[in-house]
Amino acid sequence: MSSDTKKVLFGPIVDNNPIALQVLGVCSALAVTSSMANALVMTIAVMLVTGFSNFFISLVRNHIPSSVRIIVQMAIIASLVIVVDQVLKAFSYQLSKELSVFIGLIITNCIVMGRAEAFAMKEKPGVSFLDGIGNGLGYGAVLMVVAFFRELFGFGEIFGIEVFKLVQNDGWYQGNGLLVLPFSSFFIIGLIIWAVRQWKPEQVEKD
Amino acid sequence: MSSNKETPIKTIGFVFLVCLVCAALVSVAAISLKPLQQANKLLDKQTKILEASGLLTLALKTENIKASGSEPKSIVATFEKYVEAKMIDLDSGKIIEGNTDIFDERADARNAAKSSKLTNDTAGINRRANNAVVYLVNNEQGQLNTLVLPIVGSGLWDLMYGYIGLAPDLNTVRSLIYSDLKETPGLGAEVLNPKWKALWPGKKIYNDSGEVAINVIKGGAKAGDVHGVDALSGATLTSNGVQNTLHFWLGEQGYGPFITKYRSVASEGEMN
Repeated sequence: MSSDTKKVLFGPIVDNNPIALQVLGVCSALAVTSSMANALVMTIAVMLVTGFSNFFISLVRNHIPSSVRIIVQMAIIASLVIVVDQVLKAFSYQLSKELSVFIGLIITNCIVMGRAEAFAMKEKPGVSFLDGIGNGLGYGAVLMVVAFFRELFGFGEIFGIEVFKLVQNDGWYQGNGLLVLPFSSFFIIGLIIWAVRQWKPEQVEKD
Repeated sequence: MSSNKETPIKTIGFVFLVCLVCAALVSVAAISLKPLQQANKLLDKQTKILEASGLLTLALKTENIKASGSEPKSIVATFEKYVEAKMIDLDSGKIIEGNTDIFDERADARNAAKSSKLTNDTAGINRRANNAVVYLVNNEQGQLNTLVLPIVGSGLWDLMYGYIGLAPDLNTVRSLIYSDLKETPGLGAEVLNPKWKALWPGKKIYNDSGEVAINVIKGGAKAGDVHGVDALSGATLTSNGVQNTLHFWLGEQGYGPFITKYRSVASEGEMN
């Protein structure tokens, strides 16, 4: 793999993370991070949608009339999201039931649209696809970290496997009620952003 | 971007083409995956009904899974062997003709012709479908072992759908299983916690005078209270929702007429 490809694919995980640096897609990061299994499925779904929407948009980028480009991007993204939703309903009914409306809401995930507009409209299909997958990975990395803390300290579980025995089940661990609720992700995402910027000070915005 | 592609004709043509391709993609996905999705939905329903009747463990026994080939197949086979679905008219409590496979309570409840608006809407469901499907789960000898009744009522955030399984006396609870809800994880969603579900078996719905007496009690039910179940801590509104749902569906506006009829016929002999 050339260093350029590597940068496009893995850059978004830390150096150019869509959530931590670009602060995109935070809304869904709140909603689906109560368990790691949900977060993982959501990650895969977003990765596929971002990758393929980038690919298709880049494929027709020279033909998209600039006056209607946003609508054309939306149409492509929306179609892909519906396909992902349908596939999930067909092959993983339980998960699709749990993620319910949030799969459909990938359409409004700013990462997808943001990458289409910022990258796929200028670059070739292959590298655009990788950029989409890379940003999906970056999104997923944050999601998994958030979900890890929320599931472990909120429910005492990791991927549904009991780690701390909850008081409700005659154990010793009192689940953290705050982490069970979606908005707790704000704190965790905030801490992640702080940690990443401690590690990579060049990400700090200039005053 | 070059200007040569900015003519209105080209723009419209391009948009049309994109829409056509996208529409084709979506339709193909939706139609080709539909059979699988419906099978999933049905399997989910059958699983919950078996769970409510206590037969799920039987369906998931290793030898039964092996005999039918896979877990889903074993569930379907068990369901078909033991469960009899009957369509009923809720107001009269009579069993009526109808295709129980395609009956959709949620669609009927939204359809003004097939549902009625409730004046005393204790369960918070607004409209109630006129018909319902009940599940008679039989034992090996073909006698009623559990009656599984679908229920629905408002929780804290949204409607909660589930099933209640009753023993043949139509008074003793076998189980209360929720299948579809949007309650807060860790609080209201604890209705799915096996420990809470285990509080239900053996409780009695009706008191001696035949009124619905089952109650979800905040602070914990007294020991030996056959009508009381501990409320969920930190989830008062969900607990109230469960109680209201049960009072509604097991009372006169719900399955009350059917249960009365079934009891009187069952004491004389075969129902049909």
